[in-house]
Amino acid sequence: MTRRIKFIQGNEACVEGALYAGLEFFAGYPITPSTEIMEHLSKRLPAIGGKFIQMEDEIASMCAIIGASLTGQKVLTATSGPGFSLKQEALGYAVMAEIPCVIVNVQRGGPSTGVPTHVSQGDVMQARWGTHGDHSLVTLTASNHQDVFAMTVEAFNIAETFRTPVILLFDEVVGHMRERLEIPEPGEIPIVNRLRTAVHDGVDYHPYLPREDGRLPMSDFGGVHRYNVTGLVHDMWGFPSDNPKIIHGLLRHLVDKIENNASHIAMYKTFYLEDADTVLVSFGSAARSALHIVKSLRKRGEKIGLLELQTLWPFPADIVRRYCNKASYTVVVEMNMGQVCQMVKTAVDHRERVFLANRIDGVFITPTDIKNILRLIKGRGV
Amino acid sequence: MERCRMVFSGSGGQGVITAAIILAEAAVLYEDLTAVQTQAYGAAARGGATRSDVIISDTVIDFPKVIQPNVLVCLTQEAYNKFFDIIRPGGLLLTDTRYVKSQLKVDARQRELPMYQTVMEKIGKPIVFNICMLGAVIGLTNLVAQESIMKALKDRIPKNFLDMNRDALALGLELGKNSQ
Repeated sequence: MTRRIKFIQGNEACVEGALYAGLEFFAGYPITPSTEIMEHLSKRLPAIGGKFIQMEDEIASMCAIIGASLTGQKVLTATSGPGFSLKQEALGYAVMAEIPCVIVNVQRGGPSTGVPTHVSQGDVMQARWGTHGDHSLVTLTASNHQDVFAMTVEAFNIAETFRTPVILLFDEVVGHMRERLEIPEPGEIPIVNRLRTAVHDGVDYHPYLPREDGRLPMSDFGGVHRYNVTGLVHDMWGFPSDNPKIIHGLLRHLVDKIENNASHIAMYKTFYLEDADTVLVSFGSAARSALHIVKSLRKRGEKIGLLELQTLWPFPADIVRRYCNKASYTVVVEMNMGQVCQMVKTAVDHRERVFLANRIDGVFITPTDIKNILRLIKGRGV
Repeated sequence: MERCRMVFSGSGGQGVITAAIILAEAAVLYEDLTAVQTQAYGAAARGGATRSDVIISDTVIDFPKVIQPNVLVCLTQEAYNKFFDIIRPGGLLLTDTRYVKSQLKVDARQRELPMYQTVMEKIGKPIVFNICMLGAVIGLTNLVAQESIMKALKDRIPKNFLDMNRDALALGLELGKNSQ
């Protein structure tokens, strides 16, 4: 029994999730507060025949996982804000070349090197729009270790299903906190493995010709098929093209394969929302404080509930609308200047009923902070 | 059980964070309780007043930090000066006689125990000071069983050091029980 139950940091829970999902290759460069992911994988991966490389920097780490993924491996890198900034160029390449990969960003205070050891959730928009050009990608988050594990497994599954980079946006509190993790039995959480082409050696293989369902079967690079991979707009053979039809078709494909599946990718948790007149919307570690205050105000008879987002991108606007549109007060609890709050405002009819409860001073937002802001919003003073 | 919120404080190197992890681990792995452990993290934690928070409960713990501890342990004067006034009224404030001169001005059960002195007299190695402190905490609070702590220690400590840790835990436990 004790072997499956662990008392560990969130960063280690991410490692356990990645290994459960079938991680084979990690390349990274250590940075607070994500370093424990790298530290633990440096021991765990070689022990199961996987590869671990400490690269010269974050850019090289991102490039290394892209290459490794093309050869057929499940890949991961982990970093924090400054490193995530450096990875953006190669992240765009992974979007364009449709490379399955998972990138962890354990958020710390920014901008630039910011506050290395303090908590923040300021990279939400960067995850979505850090790399240039019209594109779409998936970003997941979690507030406790069981969910960190599950979201990490899910990240690998989504990356393989849609051939896309998936970003795991954790934060310093979840990353460093220790709590219980029960590792599921093998098979308990389904694992998606790579869709490989059935085209034989010597037969023309089109690496970028989507099937009817939009999925692209892959061929391990360096294996039986020779094909081209580029960051330029490319045709179905992977060769550069400036044909307007091809440009349009590729961009639509890259965006639609994610956005058209937004409802499948949307993961969230609801707490006491049935009759809630005040709805808190939160994610990551901030959702723990939000849930704490929801439970304590419920005990006093207040009609308050929590919508915890686990998928941040594509933004689950339908879900937010479903739970918040009728509420008198929607209060977004996050440790930034309102990055998710903006999105919630665009999802509901009455944006003037959406408020922000935040902290941006590197201190973990407390239930009392939220309670005080709620009182102010409702005109009751502190 | 009642939810117990604890803060262990001291200076970097005394092992207060390790002690907090061992206690929380014992509660989760060997007593089927819920626990969350966090720590002050950053350059200031090295050498200055360091702190680790532990919450032990039998239900889900949402907010993972401790604002007002039921149990506050201070192993240095600096940590005491910095943290003594966060104690929950009626809580337990444990200090070490060698390092802390307390001022007895908070509404709490204050226990000043000669933990360091006892460890040095009976064992002679300051390295197990933190485990003696842990013994005193469970002696005073009965939060978890002594055997659970020993099981958690076995997972993390080299075999050769196990006896020394067992002795330190027992010494602390006795100090704690005698001053309950």
